[in-house]
Amino acid sequence: MRAKRFIPLVAFAVLAGLLFRGLSIDPTELPAARLGQPFPDFAQPELNSGRQISVSALSELPALVNVWATWCYSCRVEHPYLLALAEQGVPIYGLNYKDEPVKAREWLAQLGDPYQLNVVDKEGSVGLDLGVYGAPETYVVDAAGHIAHRHVGVLDEAVFQRDFIRWFPAAASPVVAVGSEGEQ
Amino acid sequence: MIPELGHVALIIAFVLAIGLAVVPMWGAARRDVAAMNMAPSLAVGVTVFVAVAFALLAASFLQDDFSVAVVAANSNSLLPPIFKFSALWGNHEGSLLLWVLILSGWMAAVATFSRGLPLVMVARVLSVMGMVAVGFLAFSLLTSNPFERLLPNTPLDGNDLNPLLQDPGLIIHPPLLYMGYVGLSVPFAFAIAALMGGRLDASWARWSRPWTNVAWGFLSLGIMLGSWWAYYELGWGGWWFWDPVENASFMPWLMGTALVHSLAATEKRGVFRSWTVLLAIFAFSLSLLGTFLVRSGVLTSVHAFAADPERGLFILIFLALVVGGSLLLYALRAPSVASRVNYSGVSRESLLMINNLVFTVSTIVVLLGTLFPLIMDAFSLGKYSVGPPYFNAVFVPLMALVMPFMAVGPLSRWREDTTRRWLHELLVPGLGVLVVAIVLAFLGSDDFNLWIAFAVLLSGWVALGVVKDLWRRIATGVDGGLTWRRLTPSFIGMTLAHLGFAAVVLGAVVVTQENEERDLRMAVGDVETLGAYRFELMSLGQQAGPNYLADQAVFEVRLDQELIAVLVPEKRRYFASGQIMTEAAIDARLWRDLYIALGEPIGEQAWAVRLQYKPMVRWLWLGALMIGLGALVTAFDRRYRSQRSNVTAAQSGVAAVAG
Repeated sequence: MRAKRFIPLVAFAVLAGLLFRGLSIDPTELPAARLGQPFPDFAQPELNSGRQISVSALSELPALVNVWATWCYSCRVEHPYLLALAEQGVPIYGLNYKDEPVKAREWLAQLGDPYQLNVVDKEGSVGLDLGVYGAPETYVVDAAGHIAHRHVGVLDEAVFQRDFIRWFPAAASPVVAVGSEGEQ
Repeated sequence: MIPELGHVALIIAFVLAIGLAVVPMWGAARRDVAAMNMAPSLAVGVTVFVAVAFALLAASFLQDDFSVAVVAANSNSLLPPIFKFSALWGNHEGSLLLWVLILSGWMAAVATFSRGLPLVMVARVLSVMGMVAVGFLAFSLLTSNPFERLLPNTPLDGNDLNPLLQDPGLIIHPPLLYMGYVGLSVPFAFAIAALMGGRLDASWARWSRPWTNVAWGFLSLGIMLGSWWAYYELGWGGWWFWDPVENASFMPWLMGTALVHSLAATEKRGVFRSWTVLLAIFAFSLSLLGTFLVRSGVLTSVHAFAADPERGLFILIFLALVVGGSLLLYALRAPSVASRVNYSGVSRESLLMINNLVFTVSTIVVLLGTLFPLIMDAFSLGKYSVGPPYFNAVFVPLMALVMPFMAVGPLSRWREDTTRRWLHELLVPGLGVLVVAIVLAFLGSDDFNLWIAFAVLLSGWVALGVVKDLWRRIATGVDGGLTWRRLTPSFIGMTLAHLGFAAVVLGAVVVTQENEERDLRMAVGDVETLGAYRFELMSLGQQAGPNYLADQAVFEVRLDQELIAVLVPEKRRYFASGQIMTEAAIDARLWRDLYIALGEPIGEQAWAVRLQYKPMVRWLWLGALMIGLGALVTAFDRRYRSQRSNVTAAQSGVAAVAG
């Protein structure tokens, strides 16, 4: 009889454990299995030209692969910094994730286009292979075409200098971006 | 200087809250009247200093002080003043301050209106609320200081408020929602105080009932506003998305619904006592859980705040202390003797129990759906998202299950009733509703629509029970005359809320079933029809707003050649962020909405346009409004006031003994 009244407490303990686990699954950590693996192959259209492309289109390496979408507010916060990075000569490939290509083109026309090219991933299948958690996300693909690093969330100067700079030593001088650092 | 003063005010509030959490609780344990008497003043003190901090942050927003980080990130000099003010809670730090402000507002209200309650009870209730306040003030001060400065790199202008939030609906939606969310801390505090005192009787239920109803009413209104805002502002005409953040506010509402009904049974009949306490704990725990989910970044959502694991850990620890502590207290102190009150299977108690079961199961179902992605992720079983199909599939049948009993509930008698009496009351009108449902289902569309028939049947049935009960109450005068004496505020409130629920269900089903939409390319002079309505695009133009430039399209809508509306949907581009916003144009009527939203420009002279016809969509919000107002009305019941004066007499006795 008395033991019954501990049921809610036990249930909550399980839930709290789960939530704690949820916190410690740092979504910004790439699952170890994918680190060092080749970037997954794909066959998707390119955003502007519409031609079918595969992983071989990521030709200028090392490069960033940036996951973005027009529905993602943080991507808009991040965008000026990507433009600044591209200005510095860092090659950036876009993965337009679960988005409308029309809107995506409109976005690039309005805000500027930092990308070498953009993979259209309307169904999110490339994202699934890659283990995308949400937009924005940025991956480093090293000179050998392997996934070397992953960052979840807005990429800004501090993050870039801390985690990305070793692949892009040329971009060592501080990049001045307009209005990054924002909270959404 | 102003932000520093605000920071100091917040620290003072924090210190006072610690005092409130410790001193009266100690006093209650030691029966020290002086210590217990400090509770109301401490509660008011916390409120005053939080209000000062809030006002000073508001001043920083209104004065465009971009040296304050949250102002720089969320406001802009071009923003209209009213949005500069509401930008305060359009972000994590500021909205947290709003949370604390509303919590302390509830504390001050309890301190003010509970003078008639036993001193020990007031001291414990306020002290428990003080503990909650300590947690949230610490959260604000330690991890999310709203007064943080950007010195010396002060930007010249701010980042602007997310244009989605630049909307009148969003000025009042968060405060209302928080009123509900945080208001659930009052029944929680009463439940904890009752557990500590070991007095889980009807008077405890009576004290916390008006507070619960009011909090639940605000929560209903807040959710309604959120849904309404999403409908007209997000630009695609949806009104509920089962988004994690929506669920975060919906779960406390579902649990609160069970609590409101369970409290009625506990107050009137002394039954379900442990259960009611548990519901009170759960309802507030779900509020806290919602706060955790929204602010920790554990779940991704369209309108999530900035994710920060450090903040997440803080709330989780706080959640574990508050919820774990309460449930431990419950396990140790809940009444060990089953209540000796008897009731038969056919009685109002049983019907209320069905309500409780259904709403508790609904809460669990929504909780599971919300946490499922997290569960799978935690066990490395892959990444999932749970969408509307799941929620609709499990939630709709549950609501359909509870409705048949809703009509009977108000008519039924406590303790013991007979099915024969129920049949006698409801059989004839019930058959009438059945006929109406079948006929209406044929009228609505070309084919017979089973869903609509079902909705009309269930909603009609609920409305019928309510009306029948209303009639029974007023037609008791002598010689068949009418009497209004028995229409107490709590009865009127219940009637309103139940009718509102019926309206929500009917509106939801009809708009889901009969909604029509067309995505079209339209140029000036084009005419398109949707149902019987004729839409003509008259002209395209541009219009400058205070902080945006809008492309406008002017539509004339005709029904049988008669002009019924001129609608002007907009596509706005906000200067500061460059963000593009769709402003839908809506012709709203009781029976239908016409909804036009602009998509993208196609070439020079044409736009992609979405036309929608939404029958009875207003019923959703009108119904929710009735639920919310109904709940608020019940608090005016004289019963609660007269009970207080009774208590006053009893309390002076207690005080005399204690003193």
